[in-house]
Amino acid sequence: MSAADPTADTRLHGIRALIARHKRWDYIFSVIGLVAMMIGIVTLLALFIDLVLDGYGKLNYDFFTSFPSRRAAGAGILSAWVGTVLVMLVTALAGVPLGVAAAIYLEEYAPRNWMTDLIEINVTNLAGVPSIVYGLLALGLFVYQLDLGQSILAAGLTLALLILPVVIVATREAIRAVPGAIREAAYAVGATKWQTVAHHVLPYSTAGILTGVIIGMARAIGETAPIITIGALTFIAFLPPSPVTTEPPFISFDWLFAPFTVLPIQMFSWLSRPQAAFLENAAATGVVIIVMTLAMNAVAIVIRYRFRKRIKW
Amino acid sequence: MGPLVTQPLDPVNPPAQPSRFAYQARRHLPERIIQWILFLAAFSAVTVTIAIVVILVYESLGFFRHVSLWDFLTDTQWTPLFSDKHFGILPLVAGTLVTTFVALAVSVPLGTVIAIYLSEFASHSVREIVKPFLELLSGVPTIVYGYFALLFVTPLLQLFLPDLPGFNMLSAGLVMGIMIIPYVASVSEDAMRAVPMHIREGSYAMGATRFQTAIRVVTPAATSGLVAAYILGISRAVGETMVVAVAAGTQPNLTWNPLEGAATISAYIVQVSLGDLPHGSLEYQTIFAAGLVLLLMTLAFNVVGHLLRKRFREAY
Repeated sequence: MSAADPTADTRLHGIRALIARHKRWDYIFSVIGLVAMMIGIVTLLALFIDLVLDGYGKLNYDFFTSFPSRRAAGAGILSAWVGTVLVMLVTALAGVPLGVAAAIYLEEYAPRNWMTDLIEINVTNLAGVPSIVYGLLALGLFVYQLDLGQSILAAGLTLALLILPVVIVATREAIRAVPGAIREAAYAVGATKWQTVAHHVLPYSTAGILTGVIIGMARAIGETAPIITIGALTFIAFLPPSPVTTEPPFISFDWLFAPFTVLPIQMFSWLSRPQAAFLENAAATGVVIIVMTLAMNAVAIVIRYRFRKRIKW
Repeated sequence: MGPLVTQPLDPVNPPAQPSRFAYQARRHLPERIIQWILFLAAFSAVTVTIAIVVILVYESLGFFRHVSLWDFLTDTQWTPLFSDKHFGILPLVAGTLVTTFVALAVSVPLGTVIAIYLSEFASHSVREIVKPFLELLSGVPTIVYGYFALLFVTPLLQLFLPDLPGFNMLSAGLVMGIMIIPYVASVSEDAMRAVPMHIREGSYAMGATRFQTAIRVVTPAATSGLVAAYILGISRAVGETMVVAVAAGTQPNLTWNPLEGAATISAYIVQVSLGDLPHGSLEYQTIFAAGLVLLLMTLAFNVVGHLLRKRFREAY
């Protein structure tokens, strides 16, 4: 084929056009990808700005120190945020040790047999069970069978079960990231299995476990459906009994069995009222919840990224 | 060991020589106990699953003593709280499926495109910035999304669709779709990045562009993982409660039109729980029957997903 051949020239042009066309598709797709990501990010921003614009007028000291009220203007979230803090306390105390212990077993101890497979399948499946089903479990089991009533304890345990898969998966990943050489070194100087785990594996994976725990707790704070299902009340104008008393033994656990409400339920209850003034309260409560969860998630992300940079085995 | 033998021994009180066996036992008993405690913690996952199934089935059996399974599956009305009681689950199932479908119509295309972009096109720095943002999107509580759907998206949609009622499945589904984009995107991206590099290099060596490689080589190879991501999205959408309870209304309504309002299974459970139903009544049992249906639906989607994944799995 000589250069003078006119068909070669047109063919070359054809190939170049073909390449240009396909390169254009590369470019178009990059734009589509960016737009798709922007939709997510713009929605997040719109949601946040919308909430803040609707609710900032309510966000003052009184809002945090008043009980809910029939008058929208004087209503606050005191009982709701106290309830959220107490429920989270129970959730953390119950869910975190259980999840971390389960993860340690699965990563460090579990033999390869059908029992381990069964546990692993169940952990995976539990992560996919809708949260409202946990609420039904808690209603049948905690509230009526174990007779805990519609209490802070029942709610805290429900959310502990809900975040169990999150904590287990995150802890397993963190433990798996510790190199085997560390364990072998511990065994070589005569450490038992538990000494190896408690003195070496767990301290090195703390950051990863913490990340998972924080993300799990952030999810639990925002969970509404299971807590509504166990029958949390929407209008609570009193605080649970104080855990510290003036009489011996100075510590009381009565608060565990007190009726309660939490922030998302307070928001839902105001949201289902037709008056615009209550919608403003709902927005302000939303801002409080979203700031809490986003702050927790941000902390978790920062811990993870710093940890990833610092550790060099 | 020589010097030890020649050491003078006290003939009256010989030092206790712990036998190797006793020492081992002292060292290993706590180890055994710890191992058992850890095992019980891990086994709690199985216990929870069993408890869920037992509670749901037990309470549903009470329900089905009063309502025949045939009525439950074929009646087109769900009015357990009215005096004229009907117990047909179809309206609630329809509401659940419609909102799920709208949510998937948003999250599957957007999630897949984001995954392809992040895995095949984006530079490292873009990925490091965008992924935390997407994680934040999935961290927003669902009740806040409900507020957003009811008071921002619905009024926005009413500008274009003036006949749209205040409670509608379209706005709830759209917001739910945005909400599950991060789940779909992140699992899909993991699947695509798991495709071995040499397959991409083979494609580039043949002169394919990035787009051709992404669409014709990487995506087919990652199909099994993509299916897993979509199934995860479906599970989220089917079980999602607060967005639909707030924005789609609580009126059971047998319709396939997303422009209408209708209750989903989860919204019904919330509505009943907000009231004060006596323990053991038929109305109380309806929420367990509804919950059982919800669980079976999630299970069915997951089984189908598992079969599809097996069908599309590629081994390298």
